[in-house]
Amino acid sequence: MTIEELEQIAQSVSQENAKFDFEVNVCMDLACASQGAEKLRDALVKSAEAQGKNVLIRRTGCMGPCSSGPLVRVDPDDVLYKRVKSDNAEAIVSSLGGEPVPELQCDLSDHFDKQVRVVLENAGHIDPEKIDDYIAHDGYKALLTALTEMTPNGVVHRITESGLRGRGGGGYPTGLKWGTVAKAGGDMKYVVCNGDEGDPGAFMDRSVMEGDPHRVIEGMALAAYAVGASKGFIYVRAEYPVAVARLTTGIREARRRGLLGTGICGTTFSFDIEIRLGAGAFVCGEETALLASIEGKRGTPKPRPPYPAVSGLFGKPTLINNVETYANIAPIVRNGGKWFANMGSDRSKGTKVFALTGKITHTGLVEVPMGIKLREIIEVIGGGVPDGHTLKAVQTGGPSGGCIPAEMLDLGVSYDALMKVGSIMGSGGMIVMDDTSCMVNVARFFIEFCMTESCGKCIPCRAGTAQMHTLLTRICEGRGTMEELDLLVDLCGTIKETSLCGLGQTAPNPVLSTLKYFKNEYIEHIVNKRCPAGVCNIEAAVPAVPTEVLA
Amino acid sequence: MSKLKVATVWLDGCSGCHMSFLDMDERLLELAELIDVVYSPIVDAKEFPDEVDIALVEGAVASVDDEKKIKKVRAHSKMLIAMGDCAVAGNVPSMRNPFGPEAILDRAYIQNATIQQQIPCVVVPKLLKVVRPIHEFVKVDVFLPGCPPSADTFHAALTALVTGEPLDIPALTRFGA
Amino acid sequence: MSDNVEVKTLIIDEQEVSARRGQTILQVARENDINIPTLCHLEGLSNIGACRLCLVEIKGSNKLLPACVATVYEGMEVTTNSERLQQHRKTILELLFAERNHICAVCVSNGHCELQTMAQDQGLTHVRLPYRNPQLNVDASHERFTVDHNRCILCTRCVRACAEIEGAHIWDVMGRGINSMIITDLHQDWGSSACTRCGKCVQVCPTGALFDKSKIGSDHPKYPDFLPYLNLMREAQ
Repeated sequence: MTIEELEQIAQSVSQENAKFDFEVNVCMDLACASQGAEKLRDALVKSAEAQGKNVLIRRTGCMGPCSSGPLVRVDPDDVLYKRVKSDNAEAIVSSLGGEPVPELQCDLSDHFDKQVRVVLENAGHIDPEKIDDYIAHDGYKALLTALTEMTPNGVVHRITESGLRGRGGGGYPTGLKWGTVAKAGGDMKYVVCNGDEGDPGAFMDRSVMEGDPHRVIEGMALAAYAVGASKGFIYVRAEYPVAVARLTTGIREARRRGLLGTGICGTTFSFDIEIRLGAGAFVCGEETALLASIEGKRGTPKPRPPYPAVSGLFGKPTLINNVETYANIAPIVRNGGKWFANMGSDRSKGTKVFALTGKITHTGLVEVPMGIKLREIIEVIGGGVPDGHTLKAVQTGGPSGGCIPAEMLDLGVSYDALMKVGSIMGSGGMIVMDDTSCMVNVARFFIEFCMTESCGKCIPCRAGTAQMHTLLTRICEGRGTMEELDLLVDLCGTIKETSLCGLGQTAPNPVLSTLKYFKNEYIEHIVNKRCPAGVCNIEAAVPAVPTEVLA
Repeated sequence: MSKLKVATVWLDGCSGCHMSFLDMDERLLELAELIDVVYSPIVDAKEFPDEVDIALVEGAVASVDDEKKIKKVRAHSKMLIAMGDCAVAGNVPSMRNPFGPEAILDRAYIQNATIQQQIPCVVVPKLLKVVRPIHEFVKVDVFLPGCPPSADTFHAALTALVTGEPLDIPALTRFGA
Repeated sequence: MSDNVEVKTLIIDEQEVSARRGQTILQVARENDINIPTLCHLEGLSNIGACRLCLVEIKGSNKLLPACVATVYEGMEVTTNSERLQQHRKTILELLFAERNHICAVCVSNGHCELQTMAQDQGLTHVRLPYRNPQLNVDASHERFTVDHNRCILCTRCVRACAEIEGAHIWDVMGRGINSMIITDLHQDWGSSACTRCGKCVQVCPTGALFDKSKIGSDHPKYPDFLPYLNLMREAQ
């Protein structure tokens, strides 16, 4: 494969597409698929045949506003239809070339206008199972350019220049990490992609892997070239069967096109990727646990140092990045580090994909420039809190993150700003809570998650999260005391400072941040035996006789 | 200096701590110069006095009566000492916790009874679902672990508490000592 | 100063000490009679940094490091016993005591138990946390030994001794988080497992979780000191 061949493929795809009068893109991502997108597509194909129209009906990845699904976009007019049923297929096909179907049409310009799409640039525009579609959208151009025109160091430099930071949660500067692995000695190095997305309410990585798998493969190949690795692993949770299937197809297609394998693009660079399935353990998102799992061992973390960059998979230097981080690589290499660094805020460059969930009008996937105000994400892009309720807090960073109260909505979203208010960027889950949420109960939910997902290796996380859960349950049931609240805070401190890995170290965050901003709710539960949001059923839990007497 | 009023209380425990207390032997006479035992299973008083300086409590809280007692003791004592592992940590009485009181009563009064198999319900106090150490019910000022704490431990601890000398409990005793 | 110098000098608890390159903080501290508490560490087995009792402070870093795996570097300043570390150690021990059913008074290891001694050393007189009192099994199916899960602290010394020293690897860990449990083979009874009956696991167990049936009452001291010697002799071969 050469750049010329790549361009030929791109040209033939556009020629092929030009044969059609219209393009109807049907979102086939999980949310839309579960609401009958597959049937809808079949109906569209049938209607097009029946009406004799020359229509390209394409299955695409996630378009974003999942709550309005199944979504259909008609090009070249760029008309978006929401909640389309297979019964509507005929009307849509009939409307082609004429006026759009009014009752299905949706205007989500507010939702889309504030977004900047880098990672999701192809999502909703290409068929994820067709490598040629990806190539037609500048796919693999970055890889071939790098292989033929750039030194590995040059690639690392470009990533460093971009200011990209790890999108998996930690926010470690990606260029620095690549540089460390590149400098590490040894003849064997590995590149690993962390697709073990497990935060409740997060589905960014799934959508990327499902909607644009080649972007991840290309990012990994670029990384391998930059750090001198020849073997890659994508670690995906088995609960993402579609992502696994798309990646498998993607890897096969890339091999067939000579974009993976030996002597890529006629150079001496060889690289291939294998997929490893995770068995649904949240802790395997932690890098050392993930590597242990790839090695076939029990997925438990190891103390660092040594860092994986020095001694990782099978004891070899290993570069490990998250799906979204790899998804950013190709555009950066293509457009230059400065292009990327121009987006975003001071120390957080580029864009970030968020999965908006909870009490918000447009749940779904959004990509915004770093530094954007939380208010814009929630009120403009997300369409605000529905049903006349008021916003109470936004939870970011999943079980490792914290709750940001409504008063702080003017906060610019960046790694440092979120950290400062007691939350973290995390992988990008954003759960919106309104006045019907009890913050003590929310904290308990996340602690319960950490408790069940703790690997059990170190004591503070294993036994500590279980104790926190007990204490929080007592508070929720109106049986807690102020002394126990102090004990809870104490416990948070120990778990945070002494746990072996990030899971334990961040597990107390939901409690600490809700205590910081919503302490009154805790006190209401403890002192007045009342749940202000009316979520916890205290009356039922507290018996009339205060002690549990054996009947 | 007037003598300090000391009470000892027996909740769910084997009385071993009290035995160990008595093992101070002749040193009890020295102590008697400093303290008056105003309430105890081994003295005649039937009602817990209104004001006690030091209360030593043996045993875990296992029944409704225990719970009432410990709250009363706390209310009328300046200093409360958890005496021995049962009071400090639940110890042997708490070994029923994983199984629950029903299973224990059933084993004792039905399965292992050869005559009159029935669970007693009069006079004996009702059991709590979970046996817990006393500090889960009331504030405890001093913890003296040990099963039982030795006579030397009692002597050293009481002497220190009565005279106001510093008291290093971990140097004297431990869980299960 | 170059990183290639074989001998490092560092400060542990305001005491100047020297170390070989690659030594752990724990090794250097113990060579110099500075006590750092440990439970999962055992000389002769690999280190896993799991019990978190050996965490120490390093000047210039807010992060606590496990002394059993963190290696020394030139000019390092280590504090092993600050107020903060003592508090954390106590809380970790409280977590252990509250996690399962540790009834010292009726334990075969009473008086020889590392957990019990550790509690005393760290000045723990009571546990503030509610006891969890889980219902756990006692497996007495083995002809020589018994495992009482009520007393297990999941230090995995048995797992490592069996895999690394005996080479049998019949012990491993099952389940996650608070439900983790050591198991023999694929969760079979110990008696019907592929156990070689060498008894190393019993000797390295810090509590009364693994014990010898032929010993009664609390007369059950354990002798894990054979490990470093065994390793030394094997290396000499």
